[in-house]
Order: sequence, then C-alpha cells, then structure tokens
Amino acid sequence: MELGGIIAYLVSLAIMAGIYAVFALGLNIQWGYTGLFNIGIAGFFCIGAYTSAMITTPMPTGVYAQYVHQIFGLNLPFVFGLLGAALVCGIVAMLIGIPTLRLGEDYLAIATLGIAETFRLIFNNETWLANGPRGLMGLPQPLHHLAEPRHYNYIYLIIIVLTVVIIYLLIERAIRSPWGRVLRAIREDEVSASMSGKDIFNFKMQSLIFGAMVMGIGGALYAHYTKAISPSVFTPLYGTFIIWVMLMAGGSGNNKGAILGAYVIWTIWIGTTFLTDFLPYTLKARAPYIRFLIIGVLLEFILLYRPQGLLGEEKKVSKLIE
Amino acid sequence: MLELTIYGIVFGSIISIGAIGLSLVFGIIRFANFAHGDLMSTGAYIALFMVTWALAWIPDTNFGQLSFGWRMLIAFPVAMFVVACIAVALDRILYQKLRRKKSGPVIMAMSSLGAAFILRMLILIFWGADSLFYRPGILRPALQLPMGVKIRPDQILILVTVSALVILLHLFLQKTKLGKAMRATADNMELALVSGIDTERVIIMTWGIGGALAAAGGILYGIDVQLHPYMGWNFLIPLFAATILGTIGNIYGALVGGLVIGVAQQVSTAFLMPTYKPAVAFLLMILILLVRPKGIFGGKD
Repeated sequence: MELGGIIAYLVSLAIMAGIYAVFALGLNIQWGYTGLFNIGIAGFFCIGAYTSAMITTPMPTGVYAQYVHQIFGLNLPFVFGLLGAALVCGIVAMLIGIPTLRLGEDYLAIATLGIAETFRLIFNNETWLANGPRGLMGLPQPLHHLAEPRHYNYIYLIIIVLTVVIIYLLIERAIRSPWGRVLRAIREDEVSASMSGKDIFNFKMQSLIFGAMVMGIGGALYAHYTKAISPSVFTPLYGTFIIWVMLMAGGSGNNKGAILGAYVIWTIWIGTTFLTDFLPYTLKARAPYIRFLIIGVLLEFILLYRPQGLLGEEKKVSKLIE
Repeated sequence: MLELTIYGIVFGSIISIGAIGLSLVFGIIRFANFAHGDLMSTGAYIALFMVTWALAWIPDTNFGQLSFGWRMLIAFPVAMFVVACIAVALDRILYQKLRRKKSGPVIMAMSSLGAAFILRMLILIFWGADSLFYRPGILRPALQLPMGVKIRPDQILILVTVSALVILLHLFLQKTKLGKAMRATADNMELALVSGIDTERVIIMTWGIGGALAAAGGILYGIDVQLHPYMGWNFLIPLFAATILGTIGNIYGALVGGLVIGVAQQVSTAFLMPTYKPAVAFLLMILILLVRPKGIFGGKD
C-alpha cells in the first residue's frame, strides 16, 4: 500500500475511534462517575443516528417517495441534527429513568437493554417511520464543499476531534463542580449522600440524561460519517459491548481514559482483521466472531486483573486539594 | 385465541424453566446473570452436537408421533450436565474471583455480560449464524383437540418435561438438606453463614441447577421451534421480565411469571407482528416496575 493509502486508512480509523470516544465519554458520565449500569447504549446510538438523519435530510419527493418512507424530513443543517439527537436521547433517557432509578442498579441495566432491543425492532418493522430494514441513505455531510469527496475525511476528522474536545471539556467542567462531586458521592455510598440531604433520584436522572445526550451526539456523528444507516448497525455487539470494553480498558472515572480506551480498543479491533489472512478458507467468514471473542476475553481479563483500566480514576478532582 | 393461549403456555413453560434458574442465581449469588440466555443456547447446541455427531451411531428413529428418538433422549440429560459444569466453571474462573475481590454486583453482572458474548461467539464460530434444526425437514403432524385447537405431540412433551423438572426441583428444595440450605441462603446470606452453612457449596449447587435448567429450556425451545445463535439473547428480556414479575429469588414466582409472559407474548401476535414478542415482554416488565417493583409475591414496600 502506498503512503497516501495508509494515511487515508489511519484517518478513517481515527474518525471511527473518535466517534466511539464520544460514546465512551457519555458512558463515563453514567457509569464512571455515577455508577449507573447502562447496557443499552446501542439504543441511544440508534435514536441519535436516526433523529439526526431525519432532521438533516429533506422529505423524499417524486419517485423517491415510493421507495423511501420517513416520518419527517426537515432538511436542516448538521448542527441541528446534533442538537436534535441529543434532545431526543435525553427525553428517552428520562422515560427509562422514571421507573428504574429508584430501584437497584440491575433494574436500570435490564431496562436499558430492553429499550435498545425494542427500538431496533421498531425501526426494523415500521417502514413508515424510517424506511424499515433498508434504512436511510444519502445523509448530508457538513462542509462537504470544502474538499473533494476523496479528501473529505480530513474535514470530518477535524469535526470529530473538535466535538470530542468540546464534550471532554464540558464533562471535566461538570465533574469538577459541586454537582460532579455529588455524583461521585452517590456512586461511592448512596445512603450517606442521601443523608447529606442530596436528592439521589434527581442527581441520577441528570447524570443519565447528560450521558444519553452525549451518546445521541455520538450516534449523529456516526450517521453523517457513514451517510447510510439501517437498524442492523445498532447491535448489542457494535453498539454496546465494545463501548463498555473501551471504557473499562481506558479507566472508568477518567475522561482521558475513556478517549484512550476508545482508540486502543478500536485499534485492536481493526488490527485483528489481519487474523482473517491466517485463517483457513472455511473459517474466513467467521473471522468477526473470533475477533469479538478476543474482545470478550479481554474484558474478562480487565475485570479480573486490572479493574481500574489503563489510566485509573483521578482521585482528586478539586482544585482546592493539592 | 384459545390456541394462542395454549401455545403461550408451552412457550411460557420454557421461559419459566429459564427464569427459575435465573431467579435462583439472582436470589442466592445476588447479581443479574446476563449470560443465562446464552447458557440456554449453549445447552441447545451441545444437544445438537450430540444428536448430529457424537450419537450418530444410534439409529435415527422417532418415538411415535414425536420428532425425536433415542439420540435426543440421551443427549438431553448429558447436555444438562455439561451446561451445569460450564456454569460452575464460569463461577470458578470469573465470579468467585470477583466475589473474593469484593467487586460489586454490577462488576459481576458486567462479567456475565462478557461471558454471554464469549459463549455466543463460540457458538457462532462452530455452527455459523444460520438457523438449525435437530431434525431438518421432518413433517410434524398436529393433534386435533376439541374446540378446534391443534397441538403437536412435541408441545405436550415439553409441558410434561417442564412439569417433571419443576416437581423434582421442588422436592429437592423442600426435602433435602442442601435444598434447605439453598433456601436459607437465598433468604439471608449472613444468617446462613453464621448457622454454619457452607455457602460456597450452595453457590456451586445453584449454578449447577441454574445451568442444567437453562440447558433444558434451550433444548426444548430447539425442539419446538429452531436453534439460532441469538435465541438465548432474545430470551433474556422475557427471562428477566418473568423473574421480576415473580419476585426475584422466588422460584414459584418465576414459574408463574414465565407462564404469564409466555401467554402475553403469544396472544399479542393476534394484534402485533410476531417479531415484537420481546418488546411485549419488555413493556410488561416496565409496567411491573412501575406498579409493583417487588413482583407479585414480594409484598408491599
């Protein structure tokens, strides 16, 4: 492969890992700082992607209207897509939080898992909503007129990096505020936090919504990168499991760790494609399963032998304690 | 409608047998075992391996109207035993270590999620992603019951098998010393420890029973419908719905919960697309969490 090809390859790797970093940051708010066990990230991924897709595309007209059905198409700029995705994910998170956040942490896990599967079923079956299993195609890419199509990925990488940095700074700011300290207090000991007069339910709800909104933005970024989405993308494997491994690998409770974990795990994931070359012909089609098996075993090793991840948690987050 | 209800009871009895194991593990070892559904698929595929390969030397004849014969009769208990061993092995390799490190229930649940993916990937690597049958292409005649209800002999056998397993489990928990120790541990772990109960032994037994029942459920589903690598994952939400409905840790509750969820899922196909069945279980579960989070046998809190 010539140099230009390698660079293009690395850029696409950096874009996807950057999108996953957004999800890992969202999960870090929920799990890393508050101890909320969300295993339905794929659900927010899916809703974020579809919301942004339908906000930014026009309603199909003419011949297209016969083949493409979607409930609305607003044809608004990319930024509105991101904001809309965040908003809708926040609302969905609130609806999940109401019945589950007062109960044990397992209940939230089961409910988020259920909502992720349910949304995938809905998008698959209800053709009028967003074109059913065929999904939506031809999503607009922001600032696409600034570069030729084959160089466009550089521009998208800049957009991704900027988004990751903004979200990172936002979360760091929030976590170092009194609000963030309450979240960590809840994670460590709910009873004491409650005895200090903190409304546990409200704080958990805010954390769940904040994290879900970040995940929604991640979903939107994904949709405009691939330009085409369908329900089959948002599986528990690519949508939830790998993000958990990323956060656990990088270090939950550490935003730098979340970003690092996303890049490390995505590099491993992409790197293991070389495995396919070594496999006998009959096993080639099953190579992705072997690669996921490796990721699964990796998670178990992290949980058993390095639960703090690569970076571990930053224990001191206040400027006042040195 | 009557026919759908009866199919619902058959399907529900399979959910029940999975949910009973899940509820036992949840009640005694105290974490949500997200690998339970995939233990069901593992059992189904181990039975498939035996029926199509390891026991291929046995003549492939059917028992009367049923869709299987000696091969399955031998494979069934063997697969239950193997999955029981796998469940215990997972505990030794993963959960026991996490318990000793005092990792919380959420870390254990996450570990089980990892185990679920590992089991499923192994199934996908060995058998691929297509649906499989124990007996492909077999005609399955249905019996005509009064009131126009059709039922396959296999389905009657599923009900009989589940009933037998539940009665055996009931006798074990009520009559044997180990069974009583298990109930005591489920009731109060600390008190059980102080009373001199060997809780590690109780935990091994719990995994063994949970794994064996999961395998039975998976095989019965495979006989009734088909085998698919994602079958266990799709069972997960109905399993948890049944467990929560019947109050976590209560096996009789899980039995009732499974039947309720199964009937609700089947009857819903009269109005909804059958693919929405997991969503029906999920909606029921949310409803239970809103109205009575401790389940029907949980008392008011």
